Amino acid sequence: MKTNRHVWSYYIMLAPPILLVLMYEVLPLLGLVIAFQDFIPGKGVSGSAFIGWDNFTYMFQLPESSQIFFNTIFIAISKIIMNLIVPLGFALMLNEVVQVTLKRWIQTIVYLPHFMSWVILAGVMVNLLSTDGIVNSLLAGIGLDPIFFLGSNTWFPVVIIGSDVWKEFGFNAVIYLAALTAINPSLYEAARIDGASKLQQLRYVTLPGIAPTIILLACLGIGKIMNAGFEQIFNLYNPSVYASGDIIDTYVYRIGLTQHQYGLATAVGTLKSVVGFILVVVSWKLADKWANYRIF
Amino acid sequence: MFNKQQRFGEKAAYMLLVAFLIIITIVCLAPIWHMVALSFSDKSAAAAGLVSFIPVGFTLTPYEYILQDHRFFQSFWVSIQRVLLGGAINFVMTVLAAYPLSKETSEFPARNKLMWIFIFTMMFNGGLIPWYMTVKLTGIMDTMWALVLPTAVPVFNVVLLMNFFRAIPKEIGEAAKMDGAGSFVTLWRVYIPMATAAIATVTLFSIVNHWNAFFDGMILINDQTRQPLQTYIRSLVITPMLSEMSSEDLGALLELSERTFNAAKIVITMIPVLLVYPFLQKYFVTGITLGSVKE
Repeated sequence: MKTNRHVWSYYIMLAPPILLVLMYEVLPLLGLVIAFQDFIPGKGVSGSAFIGWDNFTYMFQLPESSQIFFNTIFIAISKIIMNLIVPLGFALMLNEVVQVTLKRWIQTIVYLPHFMSWVILAGVMVNLLSTDGIVNSLLAGIGLDPIFFLGSNTWFPVVIIGSDVWKEFGFNAVIYLAALTAINPSLYEAARIDGASKLQQLRYVTLPGIAPTIILLACLGIGKIMNAGFEQIFNLYNPSVYASGDIIDTYVYRIGLTQHQYGLATAVGTLKSVVGFILVVVSWKLADKWANYRIF
Repeated sequence: MFNKQQRFGEKAAYMLLVAFLIIITIVCLAPIWHMVALSFSDKSAAAAGLVSFIPVGFTLTPYEYILQDHRFFQSFWVSIQRVLLGGAINFVMTVLAAYPLSKETSEFPARNKLMWIFIFTMMFNGGLIPWYMTVKLTGIMDTMWALVLPTAVPVFNVVLLMNFFRAIPKEIGEAAKMDGAGSFVTLWRVYIPMATAAIATVTLFSIVNHWNAFFDGMILINDQTRQPLQTYIRSLVITPMLSEMSSEDLGALLELSERTFNAAKIVITMIPVLLVYPFLQKYFVTGITLGSVKE
């Protein structure tokens, strides 16, 4: 009787969040039928004609589609790899610093970009990287030609990956730093007594100690392969770098919400969601198997 | 154990390491610092590219100019409202969802099934177009609700807090129930006070997310006077860049005279995040490592 009363109160608590999740996360799934329709906004989902897989076949016939999938996966994988390695190197170095105040200052500064929006950081980057910006002044100072970073297909992906690392490396290092402090100090002591150098300590104590964390982050990274970072690219790209910087999410936005080709845009988005779903399931399975980690 | 030379070598290596870290830190801050220097500089000096990290021809003109920018204040106010309302909704929803879901199935039989609804939304979503249509369908376009309701339940935060609640010994909650406290009272009087650090973390995260969001304001709010600050900043700084980049004149990215004004607006937009930053820093390390807390 008493348990029963509590169960009811649990349902009452969950009602508002579940209702909102159903409304804004689950209800949109019904809208996926638009991918199979010649959707006309005036007619709505119920009035528009079904056309089977036509939107999907049309998508694969478009010359830009393979480029967009390539860009997405290329940028995402590069980011995943760089965001594993750079923070690791940084955390290993920072972990050696013994002056507590200095360590705290460094941390305070490098975490900061993580909390800034891409609108702000894009504004900063545009100022920095424009042809009359400070970076090109520096290049001119050492006798190099100006580089048009945000308008060149060679440089744009580099800028995207580099600025993402800039924004996130400090924050991503937090997890490594937590893992590093969890390593038993007596292991280092034992290594020192055995005459191990700093590098040998790194090789035989530190790296094995944080290997589970590296493996876990690598596994979870697999789930992000379809996400190249919409907010960042959307605020930095422009038509002259579509060839190297246009990704699925920016493409869906353009053809869907600005060109009103809803059927096609939903088809592209659906393909992304399905592949992304498979990747997330795989990544969670691998994280469970190799790193013994369950997200819930 | 070590001879003198080895010890000297290690010391030198350490100095090198510290120097390298300091350089990384400076490089990391430099772009933002440059922006601040630019915002306090004379516009002709900025246009000539003379400003690096110290303001040239120090002036407050850009900031005085913002005082007259009606739209800036309008958007700023929208963002403040959004952060307060959105943050409060996120807080309530996160707590309300995390507490029942932290219970065992023996206590709450439907727990796993309901949990799956939340987990599923983390794995699969309908994408931009169906989401946009749904928001339109619910009739909240062009209102403050469009900015706070679709993001009302931050599922990731729910999972974090749920894991934290699970780590609280069950006996504590049971003792409260023995004394006749209902679930709401137990949650409010026992669980929330015990999870202050975790709740502070997730709430600060959602506040920062609300402050930083620009895209929903851009596509869901057509009335410019109701758009949040980040959306306004985007239309001010980024959109002109996009249009100029596609034109022939690839060189000049911004109206040069506007450069210092835009820098000042960007700096002011950063300030609220800087204000909560000390609190964020105090809590978020706990927050991130929370994920590893197991049942």
